[in-house]
Amino acid sequence: MIELGQHWEFIAAAYGGAFAIVAALTGWTIVSAIRAKARVSELEAARAARKLQ
Amino acid sequence: MADTSPNAHPGWFTRIAHPGMFMGWSRHLVLPLVAITVIAFGVGLYFSFLASPADYQMGDTVRMMYVHVPTAWLSQFCYAVMFASAIGTLVWRHPMADVSQKAAAPLGAAFTALALFTGSMWGRPTWGTFWEWDGRMTSTLVLLFIYLGIIALWRAFDDQLKAARIVAVVTLVGAVNIPVIKFSVDWWQTLHQPASVFRMDGPTVDGSILVPLLVMTLAFSLLFMTLHLVRMRTEITRRRIRSLELAQARAAGGAA
Repeated sequence: MIELGQHWEFIAAAYGGAFAIVAALTGWTIVSAIRAKARVSELEAARAARKLQ
Repeated sequence: MADTSPNAHPGWFTRIAHPGMFMGWSRHLVLPLVAITVIAFGVGLYFSFLASPADYQMGDTVRMMYVHVPTAWLSQFCYAVMFASAIGTLVWRHPMADVSQKAAAPLGAAFTALALFTGSMWGRPTWGTFWEWDGRMTSTLVLLFIYLGIIALWRAFDDQLKAARIVAVVTLVGAVNIPVIKFSVDWWQTLHQPASVFRMDGPTVDGSILVPLLVMTLAFSLLFMTLHLVRMRTEITRRRIRSLELAQARAAGGAA
C-alpha cells in the first residue's frame, strides 16, 4: 500500500471522484456511440428493403 | 455511413471537414488515440504516486494537484475549442463546427466539475476550507454554469442548425469569463497562487513535481481529444439517423 500521510482520505476522494467521473463520461460516450451505430444500420437496412420493394 | 464523394480531387479542407469524409478518416484515429491515452495515464499515475516525492510543505496532498491542474486546464481548453467552433458556425456556417461545439459541451462541464471537486478536496487539508468565494473559484463556478446553460440550450431546440447559431453567440459572449479565470489571481487578493508553470522566466515548480503534472496534463488532454472525436462521430451519426427517420416517415406517409 502506498503511504499517503495523514490526509490520505482527501487524496483518495480526489482520485476516486476523478476516476468515477472519467469512467461515467467514457461509458456514456461508448454507449451512445454503439446505440447510434445500431440505429443507423437498422434504418439503412430498412431503406435498402424499401428500395427492393 | 454517408460515403459521399463530392468530386474526384477534394481539397485538404474538404477532406477534413466534410462530414462523410471525416467519418472515413477519423475511424482510423480512435483506437490509436485510446491506446496512447491509456499509456499516458499509466505513466502519469506511476509518476504521481510512485516516482515523485511528497512536497516539502504540502506533503502528500500535492499529489491531488496531478488531477486538479489538468482538469482545470481542460475546463478552459474545452471552452477554447467551443469558441473556435462557434466562430466556424457563425462565419462559415460549417456543419462540422456545429458538431464540434455540441460534442465538447458535456466534456467541458464534466472537467470543470472535476476541477472544482478536486480543488475542494485539496483545499480542506491545505487551506482549512472546502470552499471560499475567491476570484478563481467563483469564476470557475460561473464557467460550470455557462457549460450547463449551453447544454440546456442545445436540448431546447429541435432544429439543430438554429440551436448551433444561438449556442455559438452565447459561447462567444460567455468567453469573457475565460480571461477572468486566468487573471483572477493577479487582479484580486486570492487563495490561489499566481501562475507558476507558464511564466516568462520559466516554471517555479521543481522538476520532480513538474514531470507528473505535465504527464497527467498530457494524459487528460489526450482523453479529451479521444472523447471529443468519438462524440463528434456519434453526433454525425445522430444527424444521419434523423434524416433517415424523416425519409422513412415520408415513405410511410406516401405508402398510406
